[in-house]
Amino acid sequence: MATATQFRTCPTTGLRVDLKAENLIKANAVAAVIFLAVGGFFGLLVGLTRWPAVHLLPADWFYLALTAHGLDVLIVWIIFFEMAILYFASAILLNSRLAGPRWAWLGFGLMVVGAVVVNIAVLQGGSTVMFTSYVPMKAAPHFYLGIILFAVGALIGCFVFFGTLVVAKEERTYQGSIPLVTFGALTAAIIAVFTIASGAIILIPTLLWSMGLISHIDSLMYKTIWWAMGHSSQQVNVSAHVAVWYAIAAIVLGARTLSEKVSRTAFLLYILFLQLASAHHLLVEPGISSEWKIFNTSYAMYLAVLGSMIHGMTVPGSIEAAQRHRGLNRGLFEWLRKAPWGNPAFSGMFLSLIMFGFIGGISGVVMGTEQLNIIMHNTLYTPGHFHGTVVAGTTLAFMAITYLIIPLIFRRELVMKKIAQWQPYVFSIGVAGLSLFMMGAGTLGVSRRHWDMTFADAALKFDYPEAAFLMMGLNGLSAILAALGGIMYIAVVVGSVLFGKRTTEQSLPKLNVIASYGSADSVKVPGTVVMVAVFFTAFVLYYFINWKYLSEIWPLS
Amino acid sequence: MAVVPPTERIWWKERIAKVEIMWVAIAFLWGLVMFFMMIYWHGAGKQNISNEAYRTDPAVFAQKAQAMAEQYKVREEAGIPVVHPPPGSDVYLIARLWQWWPILELEKDKAYRLHLMSMDWQHGFSAQPVNLNLQIHPNYDMVLTVTPDQAGEFGIICNEYCGIGHHTMVGRLYVKE
Ligand code: HEM
Ligand SMILES: [Cu+2]
Ligand SMILES: [Cu+2]
Repeated sequence: MATATQFRTCPTTGLRVDLKAENLIKANAVAAVIFLAVGGFFGLLVGLTRWPAVHLLPADWFYLALTAHGLDVLIVWIIFFEMAILYFASAILLNSRLAGPRWAWLGFGLMVVGAVVVNIAVLQGGSTVMFTSYVPMKAAPHFYLGIILFAVGALIGCFVFFGTLVVAKEERTYQGSIPLVTFGALTAAIIAVFTIASGAIILIPTLLWSMGLISHIDSLMYKTIWWAMGHSSQQVNVSAHVAVWYAIAAIVLGARTLSEKVSRTAFLLYILFLQLASAHHLLVEPGISSEWKIFNTSYAMYLAVLGSMIHGMTVPGSIEAAQRHRGLNRGLFEWLRKAPWGNPAFSGMFLSLIMFGFIGGISGVVMGTEQLNIIMHNTLYTPGHFHGTVVAGTTLAFMAITYLIIPLIFRRELVMKKIAQWQPYVFSIGVAGLSLFMMGAGTLGVSRRHWDMTFADAALKFDYPEAAFLMMGLNGLSAILAALGGIMYIAVVVGSVLFGKRTTEQSLPKLNVIASYGSADSVKVPGTVVMVAVFFTAFVLYYFINWKYLSEIWPLS
Repeated sequence: MAVVPPTERIWWKERIAKVEIMWVAIAFLWGLVMFFMMIYWHGAGKQNISNEAYRTDPAVFAQKAQAMAEQYKVREEAGIPVVHPPPGSDVYLIARLWQWWPILELEKDKAYRLHLMSMDWQHGFSAQPVNLNLQIHPNYDMVLTVTPDQAGEFGIICNEYCGIGHHTMVGRLYVKE
């Protein structure tokens, strides 16, 4: 096989690029974007239905669209894109050939078939069970089968990644240790294996149950294992998008992380303290002890959160250090003001970092606190939180790196550069709105996954406060903005891939590597220190405000 | 640079900048604070879930609810009995497609042992506008001691998706002075 491998040399990095790996990256990225378009469309329909003044879809279509939305974006879009990242971080960054490209294509094929099958199942109408498919609510067998096929495909992709690391090491295609970005991708792939194993443990019996071969599945056991998959896969996303942050900072600004040791240890924390993170989906569930809940919801004392907080400093810190190294030294924030805000790869990455920390991160820790969950569980606060993590964080980071993948891998120049420049901002404002207004409505008690907040068809009535209706109106407007940002992204990507000019050596970005900042003691990042201090203050205040809210509800014991 | 191998081969022996060490220390301590806060609240706070639960057959649970409703029924609303059980007693609330049954009438500042269970799929108990949310499973009788400290009329919204009638699953709860 090795002899058949063909390479080209990348003019930007000087690395050899395995053409087979390149094609796989393209295929996975294209599939990802297609499903983002489909899933985003369903998201818009859902957002407009939840806008009380518009109330677009009838009830059955709303629940169907919500099921499709969750599956297509959270699972299909993100995981296809992660496959592209895994191949990029292994074969390309390690200057190596891809191990077993045929296996990789098999994996890709299974993922495509699985994704199509699950979409068919949902669109047929008999599987409106939400992407979580909590038993004893039952979907058609091919709903579970589609997800299982998709997961098996992804698992194959992970093993191709591991295999490539081995090949690269044996064939000595790089010196020393693997790059930090590859290390982050390795973290993601290791957690993905755990994730998919949990998925198999729960979904295979559920498939048999829906075929009538197993008579009963315990609802609590299902949720515990389902979320061992569902939550760890979010840890995969975090590892992947943090790796993407580092990659963009490096490629666009030549930034070098402040300390490899700290950043790598932070990635390791994700693996070591994964625990049963399904716990924070089970905080108000019956019959689970508080000891178990507390230990596992904090992943044993918040050590994985520690990992994210570390990256939250080292990523902007490395950018600041790189910019200062170039002489942007005035005041606290000249380095940030004069950052390449017109480059969508950079702006998308930085907005992703800020919103993931401030919106998704803080709210996630708060609602993952054992008792605080009582005032948030299954309200709209929950989707508000995770649009701050998987959309503002992961999705936006993946969008940002697409603007580098198109010239480097597809070898096309971006079309509609102005639209590309605005895209991260439009999408960010929309998603920030979605997150914050859903969190606001949730704080006022509005239920998630709910077609009618006026309860018009209910035998007994209840009125949510006026402010909640206002929130959902603003949420609808934000949904339109977010969808617009999504359409801009898809237009630029499709346009560039199909019609973009071929890149030339001149048009490609130049890597402007900063070898070192001097010794550890001389690194100065005062701007980052201020940003981190603001973040920390916001975190502490918001955390304790929620304890105050909790203390005002009815005593429970 | 993050996309090329580290310059120092032995990266785990590298020296670390002071700002980084400081932040790692602060973030670690904050993690401990948050961890112990949950434990502290079990002692000092008033809002904790008992985690008491029993595997129960839905029919058995329904029978208990039925018996309570017959004994303490005070009136009816929308065809659902309004039940005023004595303070301190065991009160039962059934969650089923798509109804909360019966309507409970409790007394302010009195404690009740509230039993919650689903007869079919999962449901979400969401007492509004208190904003008190619990997950309700079939086959698990979930018990908590609740002491309503506000009088008034409260809605019980189902906030776990439970099929096409999910948005009609609204119950009621009264708390009397
Ligand atoms: C155009 C952009 C988007 C809009 C307007 C949008 C809007 C919404 C809305 C309004 C909800 C429903 C809340 C509810 O009723 O419970 C929702 C749910 C959800 N969204 Fe999005 N969203 C968008 C993009 C995304 C993306 C990119 C992802 C993932 C990467 C995502 C993941 C989810 C998930 C997992 C759910 C929960 C589904 C469920 O409860 O089963 N969304 N979204
Ligand atoms: Cu329900
Ligand atoms: Cu429901």
